[in-house]
Amino acid sequence: MNTNVVFMGYTRSDLTNLVVVLALALLVIPLTVESDYWYASILIPWLCLALAAVGQQIVMGYAGQLALGAAGFMAAGAFACFNLILRVPYMPFPVALALSGLIAAAFGVLFGLPSLRVRGIYLMVATLASQFFIVWMIDKFGWFKNYDTSGIITAQDIVIFGKTFTTPLEMYLVVVVVVAVLTIFAVNMTRGSTGRSWMAVRDMDIAAESMGISLLRTKLQAFAISAFFCGVAGALFAFTYLKSLEPVAFDIKLSFKILFMVILGGLGTISGAFIGAAFILLFPVVLNSLGNNVFHGAIDATIISAAEQVVFGVLIIVFMIYEPLGMAKLWENVKQRFNFKRAPTAALSKTQAT
Amino acid sequence: MVEARRFPIGEPILEVKNISLRFGGVRAITDTSFNVFRHEIRAIIGPNGAGKSSLLNCINGIYKPQEGTIALNGEVLDKISPNIVARKGLSRTFQNLALFKRMSVLDNILVGRKLHMSANFLSVALRLPEAVREERENRAKCEEIVEFLEISHIRDTPVGRLPYGLQKKVELGRALATEADILLLDEPMAGMNVEEKRDMCRFILKVNDEFGTTMVLIEHDMGVVMDISDNVVVLDYGKVIGDGPPDEVRADRAVIDAYLGVAHD
Ligand SMILES: Nc1ncnc2c1ncn2[C@@H]1O[C@H](COP(=O)(O)OP(=O)(O)O)[C@@H](O)[C@H]1O
Ligand SMILES: [Mg+2]
Repeated sequence: MNTNVVFMGYTRSDLTNLVVVLALALLVIPLTVESDYWYASILIPWLCLALAAVGQQIVMGYAGQLALGAAGFMAAGAFACFNLILRVPYMPFPVALALSGLIAAAFGVLFGLPSLRVRGIYLMVATLASQFFIVWMIDKFGWFKNYDTSGIITAQDIVIFGKTFTTPLEMYLVVVVVVAVLTIFAVNMTRGSTGRSWMAVRDMDIAAESMGISLLRTKLQAFAISAFFCGVAGALFAFTYLKSLEPVAFDIKLSFKILFMVILGGLGTISGAFIGAAFILLFPVVLNSLGNNVFHGAIDATIISAAEQVVFGVLIIVFMIYEPLGMAKLWENVKQRFNFKRAPTAALSKTQAT
Repeated sequence: MVEARRFPIGEPILEVKNISLRFGGVRAITDTSFNVFRHEIRAIIGPNGAGKSSLLNCINGIYKPQEGTIALNGEVLDKISPNIVARKGLSRTFQNLALFKRMSVLDNILVGRKLHMSANFLSVALRLPEAVREERENRAKCEEIVEFLEISHIRDTPVGRLPYGLQKKVELGRALATEADILLLDEPMAGMNVEEKRDMCRFILKVNDEFGTTMVLIEHDMGVVMDISDNVVVLDYGKVIGDGPPDEVRADRAVIDAYLGVAHD
């Protein structure tokens, strides 16, 4: 296994995957996809929400803390970015983005504190406080919205090294680069000692502690890093997709959406965050176009959206019961069926005999 | 163990003094004292419910005894938590397997290396050279342990899928990976067949011999206890009723009455 490690601890197949994904994202898509609709309405929101789902994955799928309130941290990131660019002269967009993540991370630590006392559904309720508090705070204090009264604030232009990124394709490229870099960081952490500590706390906290892991540090670290990812995702979401800043965009529905992305995609996998986000975003689109193109509008839109809710609900229950590892695991199984390199459990034999 | 030991038994490494632990009205441990000496293999025996596991939990900071003190390497452990005790060089296994079920065998054992790995999350995220090197070195260490315990063939399997006996081995491996001065093993051979028990004894003796690791193990199989331990503590109803070399303890009247007379298996 270690013999395949070729570079910085990555295996050959890691590097192949990376090259293929980057080539697809940075070359193939920009060269072949021409429709602005694809960038502005599908790829950009997908990547932004997938990044938030990676954050949710870190705290929930890896560290095992049932937190709900990703949208709150996204709001913190979005408004932090707006204010940094507004108030700090010559603030470069990438720096503003990173600082927005850090500000969200500070909120993450604060709202992660209940995890030191409660778990499960109680923690879920406690972390909801972040959702309500952050959005309330932004609404309550005019300063955060620069005393705007219209309700909708336009996001500033994205300027990097003097170049303004305005077209959907340009914005897509900004998002891809940020998401790719942060996703690589997330993969590195989850595969390294950082991620092992999270998973140890998730699987058996008392044993983790007995091995020298501080529960306090590890849980708060996971909350902070999770909120950092959500914060950056929120800023990107506001600046490249919504192009405006409104607290209502980051309501509890969005938090639930991100939670479902992680559950459907598969707990404890980074790729699951992307798969889950794609599914949750695309499913309504597909359903709508089915309604329009197959049934030619004969089915009422409200029925379609009701169907959507029902299907989501059923899927979540089915996945929770039958495949807690989600779609990423299903995909893994399919791959394994088609390339039978090795069955990981086959080795498990002789000591079972007696 | 007739030949000269590489690490002769030394001064006390662990001093348990007048420990009492109550759960509401239940007295789990009452005024218990004994010493564990450096480099020895110490067995703790006693009927079910005698308070053996509770005692280990007090030593490693999971339970807080209402009275008494525990000193490790001469330092009294006061207001402690398990992760602080781990930092002071003590590791353990649990009676009811406490493994990280969804993680692979190798990853479980790597968690045992936690205190030997100092790269922070940023250098892990960026794969800075020191993080990569540290990961490589500690992985190699864990591969050695996996080989030593003869579980290389399952090293990438999630432990939740393994049979009980193998899980027990993995837990020992995780404890060994810490390279602690003293290991507490709570019924490491429970539920194992004769062959597996023999393997386990071999591992314990070998680690003690090669690294001088002090071992405190709870065990019901008197054959095993007589074979591998240097000293035995006998607990009954939360009290120490015997403490000494296995032969002496076996001959002790109170011990025979309380425990050996109704010996398990
Ligand atoms: N967490 C706990 N809460 C309440 N009672 C406990 C707890 N742990 C142990 N006990 C009680 O303490 C006594 C000793 O248990 P234990 O230490 O597990 O014994 P042993 O390991 O010798 O079988 C038992 O009566 C048990 O019920
Ligand atoms: Mg016990």
